[in-house]
Amino acid sequence: MLLVGLGIGILAVVVSGLLGPKKATRAKLMAYESGNDPERGGVGTGQRFPVHFYLVAMLFIVFDIETAFFYPLAVAYQKLPQFAFFEAITFVLLLLVGYVYVLKKKVLEWA
Amino acid sequence: MPDWLSALLVTLLKAVLVALALLTAFAYMTLIERRLLGRIQLRPGPNRVGPLGLLQPLADAIKSIFKEDVTVTLADKLVYTLAPILAIGMALTAFGGIPAGPPGSLFGTDPWVYNLDAGVLALLALTSMGVYGIFLGGWASGSKYPMLGSLRSSAQMISYELGMGLSILGLLMLVGSTNFLDIVEWQAGARGHGWLILFQVFAFALFLVSSFAEVNRTPFDLPEAEQELVAGYLTEYSSIKWALFQMAEYVNIMTASALMSTLFFGGYRGPGFLEPLIPGISSWPLVWLIAKIAFFMFLFIWVRATLPRLRYDQLMRLGWKLTLPLALLNTVTVAAVLAFVPPEGLLGIPRLWLLGAVSLLLLLILFAASDAVRGLWNAPALRQGDKRVPGRTLGGD
Repeated sequence: MLLVGLGIGILAVVVSGLLGPKKATRAKLMAYESGNDPERGGVGTGQRFPVHFYLVAMLFIVFDIETAFFYPLAVAYQKLPQFAFFEAITFVLLLLVGYVYVLKKKVLEWA
Repeated sequence: MPDWLSALLVTLLKAVLVALALLTAFAYMTLIERRLLGRIQLRPGPNRVGPLGLLQPLADAIKSIFKEDVTVTLADKLVYTLAPILAIGMALTAFGGIPAGPPGSLFGTDPWVYNLDAGVLALLALTSMGVYGIFLGGWASGSKYPMLGSLRSSAQMISYELGMGLSILGLLMLVGSTNFLDIVEWQAGARGHGWLILFQVFAFALFLVSSFAEVNRTPFDLPEAEQELVAGYLTEYSSIKWALFQMAEYVNIMTASALMSTLFFGGYRGPGFLEPLIPGISSWPLVWLIAKIAFFMFLFIWVRATLPRLRYDQLMRLGWKLTLPLALLNTVTVAAVLAFVPPEGLLGIPRLWLLGAVSLLLLLILFAASDAVRGLWNAPALRQGDKRVPGRTLGGD
């Protein structure tokens, strides 16, 4: 399925590359900047972007690992003794402490 | 022909069929969307090319193939070309895992391309691989607007992926399996308990919101907000590469619809009460799944025509402050009910129905408190040094 999916993508790009017209002009190949010459930005020009994106990515990693821990627990939950509930709750509470800390630090405020 | 070879060929054939079906569905989905939007806004929509506009997708496809494929000078050539291929590849692959009928029901073969024990996990992983396509595409364009658009888009997608992953945990606890067949059979098979939406309506609400955000659809389509960010990560793309991104987006919408129908609405099984009227109707392959997918796609279009867009800070706050904690709450609730209520239930009410009632109650509480919790995500963006005035209505209303 993966091969077929990627194959269709490659095929489409190749076919279109062969069929389409090719008349490159300097103005056509300029990056979009409302007609001006582009200033810095994009690849390798060291454009700076808000640190919020970095923080969100970090938080995502933390909470996604949490989710990864939950999946096996969820699937096996009905076979586990009642004690599993308290263990899971402890884990959730620990993470909630971190979550509340993040909230208080206003990381999730997009000013 | 040895067994493995014929099995491989059958799988390959099914993969090609599914991919072609999805691409055709994508093409007609754009037509249906435009016509439905037209109907909703009291105008006809495209109706010139062919009867009822039926040839419009074909015309669009031919146009985009014959268009000039522009690669801007500042772009990173390799990544710029690879990104749309990655996006469409992952989107198509994700759909292959959804079963469209009971085992062996499609002319003697199984109506799915692959069936993994960790099906739900694999599907979530593949859909989130789509983030790479979008982010790399924006980055490789070598320009500011695509870069910002792709940053926004990837931040949004990973944020709502958490809500998506966490909101189905309760469901997995009930079923005890991540295999799609097990989930469908649990709902409507021989030992069917009933559609999972009955017991997990709260989780479904969260999942629905998360999937709208996950596929960048209105009201969460900020990465493509034409009025704000030009065209987001698509700004520098033209011809078929642009079409491939659109394709990936629509295929992701179809996957999200199929996922919702499979997880919460009985998947490929039809309602059992029709069984006495026409025997075997509930296990017709394809029919029920396609009907359910069509319903959800209609919902996607309907919502697009109806709701205004959120602001970006509201979007992120909604994901992190509302969807994520509520999904955790749902998980804990299901865990608590499963741990402390015996299977036969309390006061003569079976445990599952009790759980359904609790879930519905949670949703109703959320609706009742919607004005109170709106401040969680609807607050105006504060600038450096601003102070929030207590008692003032929060912006956005």
